[in-house]
Amino acid sequence: MNPPSTLPLAARHAGRRQHMSDTRIVQLFVLPTMILLILMNILPLIYSLYLSFTRFSVISDVPPEWVGIQNYITILNDQRFWNNFAITGRYALVSVTFQTLFGFGLALLLRSKFRGSGLVTTLILVPMMLSPIVVAVFWKLIFNPSVGILNYLLGFTDINTSPEWLGQPDLALWAVIIVDVWMWSPFVMLLALAGLSAIPDYLYEAAAIDRAGAWFQFRRITLPQVMPLLLIAVLFRTIEAFKQFDLVMGLTGGGPGDITETVSIRLYKLAFQGQYDTGMSSALAYIILVIIIAVSNLYIRQLNKARGA
Amino acid sequence: MFKKQLFAMLVLALTLSISAVSAQGVTELTIWWAQWAPADFLQQIGNDYEAETGIKVTVVQTPWGDYYNRVGTEWAAKGSSFDMVVGDSQWVGQAVTQGHYVEMTEFMVSRGIDKTVTPATLQYYGEYPARSGRYYAYPTEGDANGWAYRKDLFEDPEEMAAFEAAYGYALGVPETWDQLRDIAEFFTRPDEGLYGVAVYTQDDYDAITMGFENVFFSYGADWADENFNTLGVVNSPEAVAALELYAELYSFAPPGTNDAFFQEMNDVFMNGQAAMIMNYFAFFPVLASDQNPYQNSTGYFSMPAGPNGERYAALGGQGISINNYISDERKQASFDFIEWFAQEDVQRRWAELGGYTCNIAVLESPEFLEIAPFNAAFAETMTFVKDFFNIPEFGRLLESAQRNLATYVVAGQGTAQEALDAMAEEMDAILAEAGYVE
Repeated sequence: MNPPSTLPLAARHAGRRQHMSDTRIVQLFVLPTMILLILMNILPLIYSLYLSFTRFSVISDVPPEWVGIQNYITILNDQRFWNNFAITGRYALVSVTFQTLFGFGLALLLRSKFRGSGLVTTLILVPMMLSPIVVAVFWKLIFNPSVGILNYLLGFTDINTSPEWLGQPDLALWAVIIVDVWMWSPFVMLLALAGLSAIPDYLYEAAAIDRAGAWFQFRRITLPQVMPLLLIAVLFRTIEAFKQFDLVMGLTGGGPGDITETVSIRLYKLAFQGQYDTGMSSALAYIILVIIIAVSNLYIRQLNKARGA
Repeated sequence: MFKKQLFAMLVLALTLSISAVSAQGVTELTIWWAQWAPADFLQQIGNDYEAETGIKVTVVQTPWGDYYNRVGTEWAAKGSSFDMVVGDSQWVGQAVTQGHYVEMTEFMVSRGIDKTVTPATLQYYGEYPARSGRYYAYPTEGDANGWAYRKDLFEDPEEMAAFEAAYGYALGVPETWDQLRDIAEFFTRPDEGLYGVAVYTQDDYDAITMGFENVFFSYGADWADENFNTLGVVNSPEAVAALELYAELYSFAPPGTNDAFFQEMNDVFMNGQAAMIMNYFAFFPVLASDQNPYQNSTGYFSMPAGPNGERYAALGGQGISINNYISDERKQASFDFIEWFAQEDVQRRWAELGGYTCNIAVLESPEFLEIAPFNAAFAETMTFVKDFFNIPEFGRLLESAQRNLATYVVAGQGTAQEALDAMAEEMDAILAEAGYVE
């Protein structure tokens, strides 16, 4: 029989705390986050994966009916879904390309400090700080053929020949791209600026001593040095472009017809807006997820290559 | 013997008092509706109810674009955030088959409430299945599409002479769709910033379909036959002609109305861009207010006739239903409110505030016809209304209609025949999958 401890209770507890290992403390700190993550993310993810193999509407009393991979087959055999993917791909490619060009161009211009450069940089960053829906509403007015300023600035003063940016099938997607580029080029600029400011000056000094031209310096020093951060910006923007919803919904709602109906808009219409086809929309969500993971992997490989080089 | 009878009566009274559901303890009621003027009027009616009974009524409003989604989400959660919902006519089938609405047949029939409202509104807002005699909503806001026009233009002697010279008949309120088309063409003068007509084009919920329905039904077309066949019905020659006309009307519309619904209709009218606009009657009060610079020269008319003289207007409006997921006490309190609301004097007050009553006696009264300048056209319109599908699959059917109509009318892609062929096939597939057709 052990003799009773003569230490006060507080001292005994303090002794226990002293014996708590670092790993234990780390686990205790991480545990609440892990529990939240499992409850809020992992479990719904698994449940939606199950629902993607069922016929189910969340607002009906009928329980999910197992249909195997039928939802996936339906989606992949439906020409309209492929059209949605094509629109999304076109949108993502053009939008991210222009954002990269404009963003990187702006970063190069703002790289050297000048009087008021901080203010200019801040002002350029304003669009990406706005709510996409607010941006959409503003641009809807700007695009308006009767009262919008864009047509006026472009020189279309005759309302009979003015383009209807959001109503013409050949212009609607371009209109969305213009707004997206306006809004998110500053994001690319921000990351590119960070990359540019990290390039050591001695590289340029050495190149200057070797009489290297500006183009050579850009190609051999600036671009390779800034490439990892630029690729990260492109990766983020591509993922966002594939998921793009609010801006398109606010500007065109996917219309006219389905001219600007990206997969996210289609997903929304399928999951909500009168249809509530939860099974099918879950399957579509997983297809989008797989595509985004695949595209992201391609970028990450390029990123690793750029880092290795 | 007397003691035995008394005892039996006491037992019966005690049993009834325990089993009968009373609304005791309910001090407030919540009604969900879309965000628009009639919901404000209903709040005022609710305030009257509170003054009379002590039960507070709150009308929670949600913007139209999000309204269905919000209610749908609540249904999905079997939630009790609202006691009553003023639901769209198209929702009835879905809400009934999925168990979201409380059946009101016994309540409506036993109190004679079903006889107080117009048959069309009872059928479209409250009955499911069609012609079953089973009711799930009390017709609350009767509404349909009508027209507003600029009388100053229509009655201008110079305009009248020029029109007659050009078209061979007198300028006036159009009696046929062909006349409406001619007038729209006549007043389309981009150089003056004036356009002949504005029509619904928005494709996010049901706007373009509702706008098109006015022409579609009047041309003798329909969404399906009595056996739910859409092939050869939705894409009939009459339907094609109707769609071609609707697209032509859009060509006479002000620029920038490619995504237009009720707000945009009133906007282009009040800023002088359109000579005629279609809109739900519920949105006309603003045109009769001093917000409209043409307030004193704005006239109203009901739908013109199709080639065979048929007249139809797309039905709007909603009925009030009781949430199935609330307690029995709250259901009873909701029934009590509806019974009070359905009284003729309350309906008269509802009409005075600006609500579109479905009460026959109020609608037929001379006072109602004179309350607002558009009420006569409204009362006439409510005799020839027609609606979209109200079966549970209406959402998918509506999405097909919206997309195909907008693709042809707004985007200008393909032909009317191609748009309707695609729509008929898609609708047939949806109805076949749901078991309505083989």
